[in-house]
Formats: sequence, C-alpha cells, structure tokens
Amino acid sequence: MKMSLAVENGNTLATLQAFLKRLLEKNLVDVLLVPMRTPGGTITPTLVSQVDLLDQADPLAPVLPINAATWAGKISQHQPRPRLGAVLRSCEARALVELTKMAQASLEDLIIIAIDCAGTYNPPTFLEKQAQASSNLWMELYNAARQTPQVLNPELRAACQVCEQPVYEAAPIRLRLLESDLGQSLLLEITSEIAEKLGWQANESQGMSPEVEALINSRTQAREQAFTQIRTRLEGEEGIPGVFAACVRCHNCMTVCPICYCKTCVFKSAIFDHEPMKYVEWAQQKGAYRLPADTMLFHLTRLNHMALSCVGCGMCTDACPSELPVGMVFRSIGQRLQQTFEYLPGRDVNEPLPLVTFKADEWTDIGV
Amino acid sequence: MTETKEFEPKIIAFLCNWCTYTGADLAGTSRLQYPPNVRIIRLMCSGAVDPMYVLKASLAGADGVLIGGCHPGDCHYQEGNYKARRRVIALKEILHSAGFDDDRVWLRWISASEGSRFAETVREMTEAIRAKGPNPLKQMWAV
Ligand code: SF4
Ligand code: SF4
Ligand code: FES
Repeated sequence: MKMSLAVENGNTLATLQAFLKRLLEKNLVDVLLVPMRTPGGTITPTLVSQVDLLDQADPLAPVLPINAATWAGKISQHQPRPRLGAVLRSCEARALVELTKMAQASLEDLIIIAIDCAGTYNPPTFLEKQAQASSNLWMELYNAARQTPQVLNPELRAACQVCEQPVYEAAPIRLRLLESDLGQSLLLEITSEIAEKLGWQANESQGMSPEVEALINSRTQAREQAFTQIRTRLEGEEGIPGVFAACVRCHNCMTVCPICYCKTCVFKSAIFDHEPMKYVEWAQQKGAYRLPADTMLFHLTRLNHMALSCVGCGMCTDACPSELPVGMVFRSIGQRLQQTFEYLPGRDVNEPLPLVTFKADEWTDIGV
Repeated sequence: MTETKEFEPKIIAFLCNWCTYTGADLAGTSRLQYPPNVRIIRLMCSGAVDPMYVLKASLAGADGVLIGGCHPGDCHYQEGNYKARRRVIALKEILHSAGFDDDRVWLRWISASEGSRFAETVREMTEAIRAKGPNPLKQMWAV
C-alpha cells in the first residue's frame, strides 16, 4: 500500500531516521543494516541495534562504498539469524536476490527497505563534493533525476550513469524517493502487514512516476551507447586482451563483486601456483609470456561464473587500480547472456539460476 | 625461399567416459580412419567439463576444442549433458562477445556405438579448423 510521511521543518533526513527508528522500536526487526555517517564524515554500511544511534544513519548520502548485499547475505545466511532490516539501493537489493539463489543469503527473516536511487559518487568524489558543497548533495541529485530533458552527470559513478533500474519494486518496504517532493513528504510503498505492525494506514496514492520513466529512458539510452562503445572495442582489433592490457590481476574486481562469493575461489587456489619450469615452457611456446600469468583466463572464467547474475552495480570499475572499464565489459557481455537465457538477475528470487537448471527440449539443434 | 609448412590443426577433445570416449575407442578397434589431429582427454561426463578447461586450452593455443557427450536423455548421471549444453552456450556467447571465434568450440553428442560418427566428426572438425587457419591466440604472448 502507498503512504506518505510528512517532512517536518524541511528536515527530510530526520523524517527518514524517525521512520527507521520505528522499525526497531516497534520490534519489526532486531537489527538494521544501514549506511551510517562515521565521525570522520565518511559513509559506511553499519549494523545498528541501538535506536538513538540512528541519528547518524544517512541512507540519502549519494555514495556507494561497497555493495552491502554481501553483508546482508552474511548476516542472514543461516540459522540462528536475526530479524534483519536492510536499507539497500536497487543494485544492492538485486544482488541480494542473486545471493539468495546461491544460498549465500536468506530473505526469510529479512526485510529489504529499498530506497529509490538517484545515483551515487565514488567515495573520493563524494568526500570532495561534500567538503565543497554549499547545498545538499542528495537533494541536488534527486532534483536532477526528475528534470526533463535529462542531463547526464559525468561525476556520478560510471555504473550509475547507465543504471536503468534505479527502483527496486519488489521490496516489502520501498522509499519512493524519486516520486517524492523531498522537502515536503516521504512517499512509501509498504506491505499492509508491515504497516499494521507499525500502526499505520494508507494515506496517499499517487506519486510522480512519469518523471521516473524519463530518467529510466535516458539511462537506458546512455547504457546502449556505452554498450556499443565497449562492444566495438571488444569485437574489434583490440579484443578483450587489449581492453584488459593493463590488468595487474590484483583481484580487486572480484573481491568487491557481490556475486563472487566463493570462499575457495579457484584463482586463489594452488592450481595457479605453477612450477618454475612451467612458466619457461609457456614462454617457449609463444616466445614470451605475459605476467601476471593467467590474466585473460581469470577474466573469462569469472565471466562464466558471474556474468549471468551481474546486476551492474559497478563496484568492480571503482575498485580497479588500472581504471579499466571492468563493469562495462561484464555488464555488456552479461546482458547478451541474460538475453540468451531470458534471465534478469534480481527479478524474482524463485527464478532459478540459468546454469543450474535446464529443459530437455531446448537448443535441440546443438550437438547434432 | 621461405618454407611453408602445412598447417595441422591441433584439437583438444574432452570426452565423456560412457559414450563419446567409448565411441572413439570403437572407432579405433574398428580400424576406422580419422585424422591424428585430436588429443583426447577423458572425463566421467560432459557435465564435468568445466568451461575453464576449454578456456585454458584455447588461450594456450589449441586450434579447436571438441566436447563429446551422451545423446540427450542418455547421460549416465541423468542431466549432466543438459547442463553441459547450457554451459557451452554460455561459454560460446562469452567467447564471441569477447571477440574470439567461438566456432572453434564444438559440442557433439556421440554414443558408445557411434564409432563412425566419431571418426566423421573429427574429420569434419579438422577440415573446418584447417580452413580457418591457426588459432590467433597461439602467437599472442600478451594474454
Ligand atoms: S547502479 Fe543504480 S541502483 Fe546502484 S547506486 Fe548506481 S544508480 Fe543506484
Ligand atoms: S581490478 Fe582491474 S587490475 Fe585488478 S584484477 Fe580486476 S581488472 Fe585487473
Ligand atoms: S555420462 Fe555421458 S554426458 Fe553425462
């Protein structure tokens, strides 16, 4: 059901904090996973049990230091577990759905509190802008997200500039921030069951959805352009070896990927500790051998492992020391795979992962 | 004068123990002729072919990779080949999207009694790969 919370004294953040406090006070959840402002001014996902500390919660701050799905997963994965409320942006919620399918998370005792997203900065850009800002960073972004025609913001994280799914609709609680006039009111979409536990009734119906559509359309366009660009490189002279030429195989992209959960990742295993003479053999086979070894094998294997579930959060791109367009490569290839299997990661927790299921009567022309 | 050595494709074959590998064996014991270009690796099921094996072979310069499994419905582990089929489709899509020639990777269902089909497949694949020429990755040291 749809609801509206009145913003008092123009303090939107306080209204949002009060809402979060209520979830703990009314004992809807035991703990909340929510971005908090640290004493140093940075924002980081935090697990909060004490109500008054939520004065430091700041889910509106436009920064995404990590994809918190990883932590929502670790904290919900198996029994005994808390009743957890997790405040997540769309790409985090979708990653959490994928992790649930991989048995790395459970939605059983977990309430996703999804916030409509107007895009985020990476941490250094965020801190810089925050230091300079005369106005309110998030308000600027939400206002910009509603402008027509849309203007691309080149300072946003690369992933956000092409994010066509800023809204995660399947959440039991959704803060419809893109539809709200944020100085006046906070719009919510909430299941009637939860609303009842919080002691609330429906009091509002319409938001400003046409504007959200404009945002989604312009982001989709930007995404298509970015796909065309990276595909031209991948399928042209350069190929994937050229695009990843500067990769140092630090594994950062994998470490921050919410989908790559394997604790015994093959690339950290002894299989990739080769004997000295093995390197020599390879150097002799091709005349020379690029180091770090196995870089291309690493990326192509990782594509096989996670591209079908890639939600496009772009953490990998932000983490790459060589500033490679990792996320765009994975997303563009991921999209092709997802189309082939008619699969959309994060769409439905009951939809099986394409590579663990099959139909007997599909692709019957292959193998004959 | 430069000597032009004729290109002989090198094909790595990952074959299921229960069907294609036995089919290859039958081709041998029946003295069927097929090109010596294929190097066979036996696995217990086509479902045991990790895409990484195929990638490793291709990046190291194999000119072709053949994956052989039981016909749909005949897998000894019920569903290994159905899952292999999806994995191969995904792998080929990734190879293609990454700018590689995915037609160097073949999946074929060949039963234990199909010795001649095995020999025929190897002939066909050897010629198709010969027509393509060597795997460009063989010369690329920077991958
Ligand atoms: S990728 Fe989308 S949902 Fe994620 S932070 Fe960026 S705009 Fe928000
Ligand atoms: S983060 Fe960048 S440099 Fe590190 S492994 Fe990934 S692509 Fe390579
Ligand atoms: S046993 Fe032959 S494909 Fe599974």
